[in-house]
Amino acid sequence: MCREVDLQQAVLAKNDATAHSLRAGLTARGTTVVNLLSSPGSGKTELLERELGRAWARGVPVAALTADLATENDAVRLARSGAPVKQVLTDGLCHLEAGMLGRHIDDWLPDGTRILFVENVGNLVCPASYDLGETLRVVLASVTEGEDKPLKYPTAFGLAQLVVVTKTDLAQAVGFDEAAFRAHVQQVNPGVDVVLTAARRGEGVGMLLDRALAAGEGAPVHTPVMARQHPSHQHTHTHQHTHTHQDHRTHGGQHTHTHTHTGVHTHTHPDLGTHDHPHTGPHAHAHPDEPLVVTTAPASAAQHRP
Amino acid sequence: MHEMSIAMAVVDQVEEAAQAGGAASVGSVRLQVGELAGVVPDALSFCFGLACAGTVLEGAELVVEPVAARARCEPCADEWAVGMPPRLCCPACGEPTAELLSGRELQIVSVHWQDGPEHEHTREPIFQER
Repeated sequence: MCREVDLQQAVLAKNDATAHSLRAGLTARGTTVVNLLSSPGSGKTELLERELGRAWARGVPVAALTADLATENDAVRLARSGAPVKQVLTDGLCHLEAGMLGRHIDDWLPDGTRILFVENVGNLVCPASYDLGETLRVVLASVTEGEDKPLKYPTAFGLAQLVVVTKTDLAQAVGFDEAAFRAHVQQVNPGVDVVLTAARRGEGVGMLLDRALAAGEGAPVHTPVMARQHPSHQHTHTHQHTHTHQDHRTHGGQHTHTHTHTGVHTHTHPDLGTHDHPHTGPHAHAHPDEPLVVTTAPASAAQHRP
Repeated sequence: MHEMSIAMAVVDQVEEAAQAGGAASVGSVRLQVGELAGVVPDALSFCFGLACAGTVLEGAELVVEPVAARARCEPCADEWAVGMPPRLCCPACGEPTAELLSGRELQIVSVHWQDGPEHEHTREPIFQER
């Protein structure tokens, strides 16, 4: 007997559900996650190191998790800030998923952490599809990458809640056309803020921290057009609808429909709304003995090269 | 290239449903892929074949239904195909008032399978919420 079964399941439903519970759990702990996406070499680590240093100096408990295919170099750089840092080696996987993040922070994230910065694998394609339970998704592009980067990688830029331009101290040397870049960002993500930074000069440093703290306190965060598809498409009704085609000779053309609806909705997009949740207030204690943790992602069949 | 992860998620979900439904083999999987889903159908099809190996989906066909991305501006009552790269500002008023109607789908629509022998003479299975 052959049958056609209507599944109607979002492919990323599991990741999205994990991301939702991660966000809820971290929010309850007073932790806000910032997901940093960019191509390799755009200056995520440089900016993040300075943001962490600024936060640490201000007594804001922050932490960072950085993902790379190999080497602990980024964690070593970030740890100079004094903040707790964890390196995740993805062993070839081109992006982080919510479940991976959850496992890595489970026994590591210090209590009282207000902001967890997640430096995703340097890649503008794959990480864009995975909600990590973040409250703020930031996409970075350096002035050396060209003004049309947002058009070339529309999913990454289209889902950003904040766009950061890095290395503006090099803008003149490379002839960066800021107006064109901004226009391209607006084309794929109308209304998103674009901010300029030159981390080595200290310009714009502290802005990410302020934005993250504000988002954690419930300040409105930009909702990209791409993240708010029409409500009729926004929920996945997890149900199964079975058409059974019985053997007509023995069952006289019986045609049975089984339709089970549970009313459970699976969100297919990151929760980009604001969060109203209790905060534990600033925790001005340092973790000077916080070890630098390096973890390799568990080997799995999901490993592949980008 | 995250199509392998996507293909494995598809296989995982279909395998679960097929096992619950007592399928002996899966013939085809119908998948909607929106223009803005960030997934390359060709790469996905290639990965799907690999991900199916050794599962109840072995040899199954992946049928991809592309979904065009469309947006609408409520104040202008204007609707347009956003294209690639997408134009998500209203072409009429130029304001950031667009609402995305379609294009982000990455959805398993349906599965075609062959029942196992033990299910030939049993009642219609009642599916449980996973």
